[in-house]
Amino acid sequence: MTAPLRPDLAAIAQMVPLGARVLDIGCGDGALLEHLAATKKVDGRGIELSQQNVNACVARGLAVIQGDADSDLAEYPSQVFDVAILSQTIQATRNPRRVLSELLRIGRRTVVSFPNFGHWKVRMSLGVRGRMPRTPVLGYAWYDTPNIHLCTIADFVELTRNAGAGIERALALSANGRTYAMRADSWGPNLFAEGAIFLLRPYS
Amino acid sequence: MAETAPRFLRPVTAPGADVGRAIGFGAEHALALDCGRMLPNWTCAYMTYGTLNAARSNAVLVCHALTGDQFVIGNHPVTGRPGWWPAMVGPGKPIDTDRYFVICANVLGGCMGTSGPAEVDPATGEPYGLTFPLVTVRDMVRAQAALLDALGIERLLCVTGGSMGGMQALQWAALYPARVVSAMPIATAARHSAQNIAFHEVGRQAIMADPEWRGGRYQQEGTQPSKGLAVARMAAHITYLSEAALQRKFGRSLQDRAEISFAFAPDFQVESYLHHQGMTFVDRFDANSYLYITRAMDYFDLAADHGGVLAEAFRGSKTRFCIVSFTSDWLFPTAENKRIAHALNAAAATVSFVEIESDRGHDAFLLDEPELFAAARGFLNAVAQSEGVA
Repeated sequence: MTAPLRPDLAAIAQMVPLGARVLDIGCGDGALLEHLAATKKVDGRGIELSQQNVNACVARGLAVIQGDADSDLAEYPSQVFDVAILSQTIQATRNPRRVLSELLRIGRRTVVSFPNFGHWKVRMSLGVRGRMPRTPVLGYAWYDTPNIHLCTIADFVELTRNAGAGIERALALSANGRTYAMRADSWGPNLFAEGAIFLLRPYS
Repeated sequence: MAETAPRFLRPVTAPGADVGRAIGFGAEHALALDCGRMLPNWTCAYMTYGTLNAARSNAVLVCHALTGDQFVIGNHPVTGRPGWWPAMVGPGKPIDTDRYFVICANVLGGCMGTSGPAEVDPATGEPYGLTFPLVTVRDMVRAQAALLDALGIERLLCVTGGSMGGMQALQWAALYPARVVSAMPIATAARHSAQNIAFHEVGRQAIMADPEWRGGRYQQEGTQPSKGLAVARMAAHITYLSEAALQRKFGRSLQDRAEISFAFAPDFQVESYLHHQGMTFVDRFDANSYLYITRAMDYFDLAADHGGVLAEAFRGSKTRFCIVSFTSDWLFPTAENKRIAHALNAAAATVSFVEIESDRGHDAFLLDEPELFAAARGFLNAVAQSEGVA
């Protein structure tokens, strides 16, 4: 119940205001939702692809529904959630651009976290060794990975522009689990950050 | 209204059999039914388990399915066997009677003491038979609401049930949203499908084709359409199971013989199992009641009551929902349950949706399914905590 929250999830939790209505897409075993309910008194909902995870969430008293970010977000009404969270999931969606647009429609704020494919180890693996990267963050072989739409921080920044999103905050995740504020368009984090967390709002 | 001596006029069991508690409602509490008729002087038979707390905040309404009744747990007075949901309800069970006050009422149109075709019409002194008005799931829910009024219970911590019980849970949330803190409809649908209506019609035709049915006046004429009712039950029972479950349980095994007999006596175990299901059913259920309740399920279409948009049935709802389906249930398949969850999402309601892996078909909701119990326990506990129920 009170296992320490993964560092990236803890950083996301800090972006969520007290008492917010939260939709966590790809909520996994519900660790973030449970933490937010306990510490931020949020009205939380989750969507999770794995039925096993969903059942575990419901048994923990969380409001979670089995579903797919690619197909099911269209059924949610607009602007009913204060925060829509997509944590370590966008790289596994079939259509990241459409998923991001739906998130911006559903949530007044949107939080997206993802592994950075621009990290130097990834670049070394492909550029020097000539092999598809397998890192602690991206642990799959190329032929069985669920991560079908990987991107770099710079790529993601471009997507936010295309999707009509404004960046309110950008955090870089380091290998040791620390997070630090970054300028989203600078080259440093794109080379050295293992992952990133963005707080977005729709341009209106 | 007054607590009445429970009446039990169904001719298939001994007169005066125990139906638990019953409340008689007078003309001033007449039910206005969906068919346009009024039902004055009606009775609601029910059972309760556990204790209502001082704040009256721990009431859980359990709604029974087509052939169930108010005897959720404990020994059934007619069959002498355990009630229909002992795995889910009881001390320490997911619906914990040490913590919650559980109410279950026999549905309107039923045959365990609540007004229905098998009961005597106070206006004529004769059994209603087919003169009993056609009732709907919404009428059943209205009757339950009147019962709760009489018991002094304004809000339900949870309303739950499987199959037709799930339909009632949905109808409760749609009709009385302010009275329902949470709803857990299990293995159900927001509408009866064409296939489900078709199976029900086979059952009804089997009953009405039995010469002993006597145009529905078998009570007056001292007969029993047992054969028709048994066939109806046999056909329905197949729909409650799955192909895999039947295969696992019986396969092509022969019954008490080494070889096929080249005759029509039951050779196969599955035949003799179905015969047993049919025969035991007629000892505890009324044929006309079966007609009425199957019809009520056929008429159920929650979206149709709200301009064809299911989400409208739950617009603005503060009720917390937990929808549960089973992978091998082809009578109320996951797709139908998911449709409810999607509509609730579209209405921005709080909803969980759980699909349980099981090969036991529709009946899985009545059986030992640990994942169902874990989900129910977690959901109900979270609701109870948020409502301050100790």
